[in-house]
Amino acid sequence: MSDDSDLKFTPLDALHRSLGAKMVPFAGYAMPVQYPAGILTEHLHTRSAAGLFDVSHMGQALLLGPDAATALETLVPGDLQVLKEGATRYTQLTDDNGGILDDLMATKRSDGLYLVVNAACKDADFARIEAKIGSRAKLQRLDDRALLALQGPKAAEVMARLAPDSVGQKFMTLRAGKIGAFDCWFTRSGYTGEDGYEISVPAAQAEAFTKLLLDQPEVKPIGLGARDSLRLEAGLCLYGHDIDTTTSPIEADLVWSISKRRRAEGGFPGAARVQKELADGPSRKRVGILPEGRAPAREGTEIVDSSGNKIGIVTSGGFGPTVNGPIAMGYVPASFAQPGTPVGLVVRGKTLPAKIAGMPFAPHRYFRG
Amino acid sequence: MAELRFTKDHEWIRVADGDVYEIGISDYAQSQLGDVVFVDLPEIGKQIAKGGQAAVVESVKAASDVYSPVGGTVVGVNDALTADPGLVNREPTGAGWFFKLKTGDTAQFTELMDEAAYADYVKGLG
Repeated sequence: MSDDSDLKFTPLDALHRSLGAKMVPFAGYAMPVQYPAGILTEHLHTRSAAGLFDVSHMGQALLLGPDAATALETLVPGDLQVLKEGATRYTQLTDDNGGILDDLMATKRSDGLYLVVNAACKDADFARIEAKIGSRAKLQRLDDRALLALQGPKAAEVMARLAPDSVGQKFMTLRAGKIGAFDCWFTRSGYTGEDGYEISVPAAQAEAFTKLLLDQPEVKPIGLGARDSLRLEAGLCLYGHDIDTTTSPIEADLVWSISKRRRAEGGFPGAARVQKELADGPSRKRVGILPEGRAPAREGTEIVDSSGNKIGIVTSGGFGPTVNGPIAMGYVPASFAQPGTPVGLVVRGKTLPAKIAGMPFAPHRYFRG
Repeated sequence: MAELRFTKDHEWIRVADGDVYEIGISDYAQSQLGDVVFVDLPEIGKQIAKGGQAAVVESVKAASDVYSPVGGTVVGVNDALTADPGLVNREPTGAGWFFKLKTGDTAQFTELMDEAAYADYVKGLG
């Protein structure tokens, strides 16, 4: 067994253990990979009712000051100046080569921006933001707040019951208010492809708040295992796997997250590469891949052409419980990126037939009002 | 049912017929793996050494190797696992068997842990 002594714990650690979770180290934290129900059941429950995820390991912070949006735009390609109060954007921190240092959510507040970044990158992200724009906006880490994701087609019913103020809230917007007796910030967003919410709550109240949600008949606790299969079916990138400093936002097929103004103006690290790839097309692209048989092709699997030449690599792959079959994503040359293109996947020495596929593998069901 | 013997890698083996043995993974192994979604079975006629890699079992989370408890030649595989890999979870020591092996050295079998010894071994794993 791994030594837990260097691990950090979320405010819900004791609750996870009391629920029978299997705990594993992830991004420096002890995290629940699954509960007794198992990954398959947890995945399907999230798609049919509502799943509750502890994502308190992720980094939350405020970037304060009237100049926050303009200042952060010098580090990300996303359009933050256009955001109205309460609106959320998905964007990336890029490096000078146009590689991706992390992906994040930024929400406009009256006093600046609310940021949520990945657990494994949070210290580096916040250090970079402070070093680069600390003179223009004040970064305030929110290490005393927990973060939960309530995801699934029944999430809105649960929220309507506990937080009447949430009714009518649209995808990618934030509201602050009471859920039950708890003061929360909740965005209508998530990383499963389902309708749902990400809810920030003071760490001291996190356990009591989580119990309130788990007391709702639609809600079951869901671990990281199902979180991974859900986001893969939704075609969403996992940082450190599908995107990293070697991939640009254009190669990663994240063009949609860069507005027309930002494409034209640039003004973020690596803008020259991004603009060149926008003009000429990227040499390679992140695509979905559907293996034709039943064998999953895991991360690291070689992608080959019909002559057996290596053309790319799988960056995430496994079994999609809703698809009821193997699914994967990876990078291939642009000439192979068209959905329907046949490719081979080398699994345990055998080349298995597969096709490039459009994503998501399971349809998004966001609430756009 | 014939007597089951076990390996430290959590495979089980039993006599199917004379010098032909049936092999699968233990209930403990399936509980550790979680939901099985695919089993890569060996080809019939393949020669496998004792402890050699014989099959791969894939759960939602990961792929794991299955080793042969004895050396011999593969003479049958459980085709039912192709359509219903969940049999490994539901009936690990019954309908969820993996493959059949013919061996010239039947003494290998008796060297393996019996059910009581395996139960103690699993208990020791915590």
